[in-house]
Amino acid sequence: MSSTAMSTTTAGLPLAPQPVASPGYWQGVWKRLRRDPVTLACGGILLLMLFAILAAPLLAPADPFQTSMLRRLRPVGTPNYILGSDELGRDMLTRLLYGGRLSWFIGITPVVIAFGVGGLLGIVAGFAGGWVNMLIMRVTDVFYAFPSVLLAVAISGALGAGVFNAILSLTLVFIPQIIRVAESTTTSVRNLDYVEAARGSGAGAMSIVRVHILPNVLGPIFVYATSLISVSMIIASGLSFLGLGTKPPEAEWGLMLNTLRSAIYSQPLLAMLPGLCIFVTSMCFNLVSDGLRAAMDVRN
Amino acid sequence: MASPAALLSRPLPDVGGPAQPLLSVRGLTKHFPLKGGLLNRTRGVVQAVDDVSFDLRKGETLGIVGESGCGKSTTSRLIMALMEPTAGEVIFDGQTVGPGGLSMKEYRRQVQMVFQDSYASLNPRLTIEESIAYSPQVHGLSRRTAIERAHELLAAVGLEPGQFARRYPHELSGGQRQRINIARALVLRPRLIILDEPVSALDKSVEAQVLNLLMDLKEQYGLTYLFISHDLNVVQYMSDRVLVMYLGRVAEFGPVEAIYAKAAHPYTAALLDSRPSMDPDRRRTEPPLSGDPPNPVNPPSGCRFRTRCLHAEDVCAATVPPLAEAGEDHRAACLVHSPGSGHSKAMPHAA
Repeated sequence: MSSTAMSTTTAGLPLAPQPVASPGYWQGVWKRLRRDPVTLACGGILLLMLFAILAAPLLAPADPFQTSMLRRLRPVGTPNYILGSDELGRDMLTRLLYGGRLSWFIGITPVVIAFGVGGLLGIVAGFAGGWVNMLIMRVTDVFYAFPSVLLAVAISGALGAGVFNAILSLTLVFIPQIIRVAESTTTSVRNLDYVEAARGSGAGAMSIVRVHILPNVLGPIFVYATSLISVSMIIASGLSFLGLGTKPPEAEWGLMLNTLRSAIYSQPLLAMLPGLCIFVTSMCFNLVSDGLRAAMDVRN
Repeated sequence: MASPAALLSRPLPDVGGPAQPLLSVRGLTKHFPLKGGLLNRTRGVVQAVDDVSFDLRKGETLGIVGESGCGKSTTSRLIMALMEPTAGEVIFDGQTVGPGGLSMKEYRRQVQMVFQDSYASLNPRLTIEESIAYSPQVHGLSRRTAIERAHELLAAVGLEPGQFARRYPHELSGGQRQRINIARALVLRPRLIILDEPVSALDKSVEAQVLNLLMDLKEQYGLTYLFISHDLNVVQYMSDRVLVMYLGRVAEFGPVEAIYAKAAHPYTAALLDSRPSMDPDRRRTEPPLSGDPPNPVNPPSGCRFRTRCLHAEDVCAATVPPLAEAGEDHRAACLVHSPGSGHSKAMPHAA
């Protein structure tokens, strides 16, 4: 909430010195985050990665699609191939940079869409209660009955391979999960005394949602959504690995892991690189989300 | 038509005169259906509040006491119109609330509430001044005027506005937060304030300060209090009249001196006996009341207190005791006080 200058209102009161202003909510969150080295380090790694994949055309030493039958499976550290080359002789560093773009895109987009759709539905269900809640939550339960990976594979399998379908299936997997969290958070906030007090002073539903509900539920829902990014990246890679996501020759970490599978005995380090990227990224997203949750709790 | 700012600077005028009760509660009933099992069938009904009637006089403090689960808080939420009653009505200063009477918005302006949990009743994301200034803005005040009003109220509850206005609830102590809740309840200039266990969560020393503040504010703003508590000493200190509730019903209702001097209902007597005493002659080793209140889903027939009552007889299971005269302005729902009820201790015939 923004606050306007208070000088005129306090001036009339005899005892008023300078109004003591507590730091705002987000200032407090930032202050707590600054004392959390793990979250800062992970956030830093993610920012570096984001920069690297966005600047891939500038940073990449080679063409991601340029194959060479003569230079296949070069080990890590070969001159001109810093991170080696893959089974078709394409430069590994270049492929990882370009692959990150697609992996991040397929990992984050479903979570963003699900945050919007699921958050809205969950808050409506939690605030409205009654039959609206019943309708939304029972439909959610149907989706929730399947394990996420299985559901994603089933939807992708039915729709066919491709980036768009992978994003669609992941979005459908995450919407029910976010609805659940949004609904339970909203229900618990709705029953707190300050919401009762607002109703008791004659406030309308829209005003209560805007002032009292949203600021107190968006944080927890957002934190939960960030924790889903890591899951999303892993499932997205899994779909590509199974041939249900990205199609060759497109570069994507999960797909690269699959195509390099056969090289695990000859070039183990090389074959592990895409997996390492997936692991580091999802772990960082997870730790950042943990740190955010801790920092957003005012009682810390 | 006066501006909202002018309207909110003083309470709404007295309509019915001093003799008209500020609040009349008539047959207020709240039953919660207990759902469960296959297809969400109704398996029973929790009779949280059952046929409660009383008048609240202008300028008095009416204390409501009873064990936890007796319907005190449900009653307060029904009066606040935060939930729909199953039956019964609430009349404010001679006017019914709803179509043809007082509009809900006008009613809400005149009746405000202070909750027990001082932390849960403040939005953690709003500063103190924003929390207090919220309801005047709902009633049409500009943000600027509302915040000015919030600062006046902060000063009135003994908190320096310059020091507290921009702080957040979690930075304050329980007593300070409860003062803020009182300021928030006062900011619309209501005529009735429902205090739902306002000091139960506070330290004893802070409790006394807040109680005295409430007494001062009542004088200063011409308020009427409905004071809900399970602490008999606090109720005695604060109230003019006392309403004792047991399992959703009124057990006894009368002036505080009369009830504390000689309770007419055996439940009230047991409650008063349960207070710790410094007098060695009043020391007792057995509890005055044993067991828990029965389940409100299937309350005992007749008198609901009969399962724990020393004077229970067969007739108590058959007859629902009416509120009978037990003294001047003093009534008790006990067959002993109901002449001709058939209880061995009652007068044989109606006088």
